[in-house]
Amino acid sequence: MSAKSQRVLPGFGLALGYTLVYLSLLILLPLGGMILKASELGFGQILDIALGERSLAAFRVTFVSSLLAASINAFFGLIVAWILVRYSFPGKRFVDALVDLPFALPTAVAGITLATLYAGNGWLGQYLEPLGVKVAYTPLGIIVALTFITLPFVVRTLQPVIEDIETEVEEAAASLGASRWQTFVKAIFPAIGPALLTGFALAFARALGEFGSVIFIAGNLPLISEIVPLLIISKLEQYDVLGATALAVVMLAISFVLLLVINALQWWAANRHKNSEPLEVAAGKTKAGAA
Amino acid sequence: MTHFRKSIATVLLSLVAGAALADATLLNASYDVARDVYKDYNPMFQKHWKANAGESVELKQSHGGSTKQVRAVADGLEADVVTMNQANDIEFLAEKGLVAKDWAKKFPNNASPYTSAMVFIVRKGNPKALKDWADLAAPGVQVIMPHPKNTGNGRNTYLSAWAWALKQPGGSDKTAQEFVGKLLKNAPLFAAGGRDATTTFMQRGMGDALITFESEAEMIAKEFGKGNFEVVYPSLTMQTEFPVAVVEKVVDKKGTRKQATAYLEYLWSKEGQENAAQNYLRPRDAELLKKYAAFFPPVKTFTVDEVFGGANKAFATHFKDGGTFDQIYVAK
Repeated sequence: MSAKSQRVLPGFGLALGYTLVYLSLLILLPLGGMILKASELGFGQILDIALGERSLAAFRVTFVSSLLAASINAFFGLIVAWILVRYSFPGKRFVDALVDLPFALPTAVAGITLATLYAGNGWLGQYLEPLGVKVAYTPLGIIVALTFITLPFVVRTLQPVIEDIETEVEEAAASLGASRWQTFVKAIFPAIGPALLTGFALAFARALGEFGSVIFIAGNLPLISEIVPLLIISKLEQYDVLGATALAVVMLAISFVLLLVINALQWWAANRHKNSEPLEVAAGKTKAGAA
Repeated sequence: MTHFRKSIATVLLSLVAGAALADATLLNASYDVARDVYKDYNPMFQKHWKANAGESVELKQSHGGSTKQVRAVADGLEADVVTMNQANDIEFLAEKGLVAKDWAKKFPNNASPYTSAMVFIVRKGNPKALKDWADLAAPGVQVIMPHPKNTGNGRNTYLSAWAWALKQPGGSDKTAQEFVGKLLKNAPLFAAGGRDATTTFMQRGMGDALITFESEAEMIAKEFGKGNFEVVYPSLTMQTEFPVAVVEKVVDKKGTRKQATAYLEYLWSKEGQENAAQNYLRPRDAELLKKYAAFFPPVKTFTVDEVFGGANKAFATHFKDGGTFDQIYVAK
């Protein structure tokens, strides 16, 4: 039998064509234009712009704070997703809806709100500053803003995956004598690991490009709390479109490599999981069935 | 490409505007905080034009960051006139051939119908006794300002401090750079924009002084109450200009040169000048300046042309990559 006849729904060719046109129009065209513009500069000039002391510092600030924000969300987002799927409690729907708010809120509003909260006289800042913890107008503020903005990514990617893991898996692991930690590490984590990585990657990618919320809380001091998007705006203020494009292209290249690495990791984790799944789950199912 | 951009801009505009029934339609691309000025000014001009030329004219406004607006016009936003808060933005349009090369001479007063000045806003009672630029650079003082490299407001602050230091006995570019460096060290942050700086200072209680436009002080009084702060006029500060220009290419294409020119000329009329004064912008009209003296105490000012040889030169020396601002932060 040919592959064609195995499909229930027709239209592969049309749908693929549509997909390619759609993606080209939305993603490849603007990115291609950007790279074309940047190619007006030589490779050496692009490097010169990217390796300036201020740009280097901004790249460091941007990538480190995005990584930290995505990591924080990977950990706490997992807990939130777990709670929202596995337990029912009063107001659960409300909490569930809250998770999406960072998506809906204009990012500038988020930045201004967070800055007000964490400033020395803010609701939170007034208790933190006496302890020597300054959040608003420091690099820490950048991490707070990015954590807020990227929260939904991890939670929303994990929720359906956790829903798919039946509680029997936990029960089976427990009845096979697994400790609670073993149950989590050996039975649960392999199943949600790939989704967790996806959520992490999405959060990380989103954080890299974030501008609106960060500039209101960062303080924007050169070498300390300037992010790359701010430098790009700064170049545009000088009518230096080429310089701005150069920074953008470098940013894009690094992000692309990092996302590729994360995707490879995820692929590896998924495959490893696939190979080990039948054994564990089958064992669990049989045991559960027998019990 | 530009055609494509132009048609998109036109489509968007006509969607926003709907059908135009007036004899002529003018679009004024303006800077962000000019909303109030032109909201009051536009009906005045419409009345004036109807009475004098017998034509009804529809006026549309587009507001945004000055540099962003100019970029939009260069990319095809069909604005008949631009009313900005930085001369170098209009210079950019002149370089692109959209605005006359001698735009600054097409209207009186360097084509700036009104001005403002950079002032200090300090806490009630001026507890740190901040009187002049030197006090702001003293150890232990915190100064709030917008980013000097990325905002017009921040650049005016930077240049004001520079010019003051330059005019001190024994002042040179070297001493001025040292002084501005000291002042910037007293900035715990660089705000994203003028209004963000105001919020940081007034609402979040950060800093001992905020440096901003004189016109902004009245806005703060409206928002936060007059008794909560004091305005300090330093011994020398920048007279900030708000240059206007006709966008030649657009008015030629639309046939609106007459109306566009009249629209800008009318800014210098008694009515136009009084409207500026009522929005706390210093009118060029000497009589009106006297009438509103309570708003506008005398202050010694300089213009960018006098001290820095023009807005473009000032920008290139101080705010381009590798300029003095970068030198202050990056040793290389």
